[in-house]
Amino acid sequence: MIHPIPPGTRDVLPDEMRELRRLKQALLEVFEARGYGEVATPAIEYDEVMARGDGRAARSSYRFFDEGGELLALRSDMTVPIARLVASRYADSEPPHRLCYLANAYRAVRPQSGQLREVEQAGVELIGAPAAEGTVEVIEVLEAALDAAGLGRAVIGLGDADLYRQLLEELGVEGEARDAVLASLAAHDLVGLEEKLSDAGIGAERVETCVALTQLRGGSEVLERARGLGGEAVGRAIARLGETFEELERRGAADRVQIDLGLLRDLGYYSGAILEVYDPAVGYVLGGGGRYDGLMKRFGLDLSAAGFGLYLQRIHTAQLQEQGRDPS
Amino acid sequence: MSALKIAVPRGALFTETLDVLEGAGIDTAELRGGSRSLIFETSGVTLVTVRPSDVPTYVEAGAADLGITGKDVLLEQSDRVVYELLDLGFGRCRMVLAARTGNDRLAEAQRRLGTMRIATKYRRIAERYFESTGRQVELVEVKGSVELAPLVGLADGIVDLVATGRTLEENELEVREEIVECTARFVANRVSHKLRAAAIDDLTAKLREASRG
Repeated sequence: MIHPIPPGTRDVLPDEMRELRRLKQALLEVFEARGYGEVATPAIEYDEVMARGDGRAARSSYRFFDEGGELLALRSDMTVPIARLVASRYADSEPPHRLCYLANAYRAVRPQSGQLREVEQAGVELIGAPAAEGTVEVIEVLEAALDAAGLGRAVIGLGDADLYRQLLEELGVEGEARDAVLASLAAHDLVGLEEKLSDAGIGAERVETCVALTQLRGGSEVLERARGLGGEAVGRAIARLGETFEELERRGAADRVQIDLGLLRDLGYYSGAILEVYDPAVGYVLGGGGRYDGLMKRFGLDLSAAGFGLYLQRIHTAQLQEQGRDPS
Repeated sequence: MSALKIAVPRGALFTETLDVLEGAGIDTAELRGGSRSLIFETSGVTLVTVRPSDVPTYVEAGAADLGITGKDVLLEQSDRVVYELLDLGFGRCRMVLAARTGNDRLAEAQRRLGTMRIATKYRRIAERYFESTGRQVELVEVKGSVELAPLVGLADGIVDLVATGRTLEENELEVREEIVECTARFVANRVSHKLRAAAIDDLTAKLREASRG
């Protein structure tokens, strides 16, 4: 007799569990070796805590009242709970704080899409280490984690979360027009982006420049090309990215990093560098992260921070695909 | 690197899709021959032929790196994550609200019942449209021959795609409101767009040329 479980959740049986366990062990060893101590936080937080971290995108989809009438939420990511933890428990100790986790987060799904409501993530948070040094350290840990997972071909996209907000401000695109442009960007709709920018009345040449900017991705030559497109906001973003990339090159860690000026993350707390992880064997993003220099302050501790999270099941799928691949 | 895989829509957009691919230097003769095959290796790319409404599915999953399909399909499946790179300009048609010619049943339902019954194949587009215009509707989802619905009393009006307007006319229906104009779009898988950047940018530029030529 079949007893159903909610869509977007699943049971794990021994064959898969054995492989997942090995993967998690390998990742934890990488994190621990680099000084990241594992923490656990409750799956249930006060809704106010999750909302303080990110009032918009990461807001929990599952909220309920406890017996005392308090509004609780299932956590929608791990970065916000760890920010809360650090602010509460490490306020008086010397930063930086290096923490890692293996934990479930809970997201809303669209029906029949195969998306998971309960997503297991592995990640690190480096709190109290400014850019570019902190960003570079996080990228190095991420590279080591991908290697440990057997994803030697994986690529890390490196972009800037502030670029378009600052660029639109510089161009004087505000209010509804600005939101429309950002929505097209977030939807990766270049046709719409061109339309919305034209509607904003910034002139054909600037429209073309903005659209071209979103398509710049590759090695350090991308920064040169972006510089050619001009503007102060672009200049600032390039300076930030350039500093990070140079440091990566200096440490020999830049080979699998692709600078990407079209990169966007959908969480509201990012600022500065943002990361996304791809593997050629699978068509979807394996994880991401970046800097969230403003987040700790919302919890009363003014520390810069960066981190990443990997979706364990997707990493496992990519592992399987990579193993089955012709070594040609 | 393996060949780029492109999802080509069978049906109304098929011939013009082949024309624009041809214009970008891809030999499509084999596809025009009425072959029953679904996969074609040609000019260094792999073309797979699928239903237009399946294109976002293949591209989102990375089973195809790239694809061509109508904006109507992308709007209806707006939760599928694909990069929309280019408006190819062909396959132009309009998504409209239509009702029986010279008959005010639609307006009357709205006025006296506060709601309209609308038959459509495009549930989400219709839902968003009526919501954004502040009107209550009851959507009746059908799979084909939407024009029939108002004629036999299944619905007060329809939301459907109109190219020439002939089908509407033949069924004594007329356009009441235009919702959005749709053309063929060139889309990419988000990981392919990052990892096959040079090849995809090159093809995009060629298609832009070909579609404007």
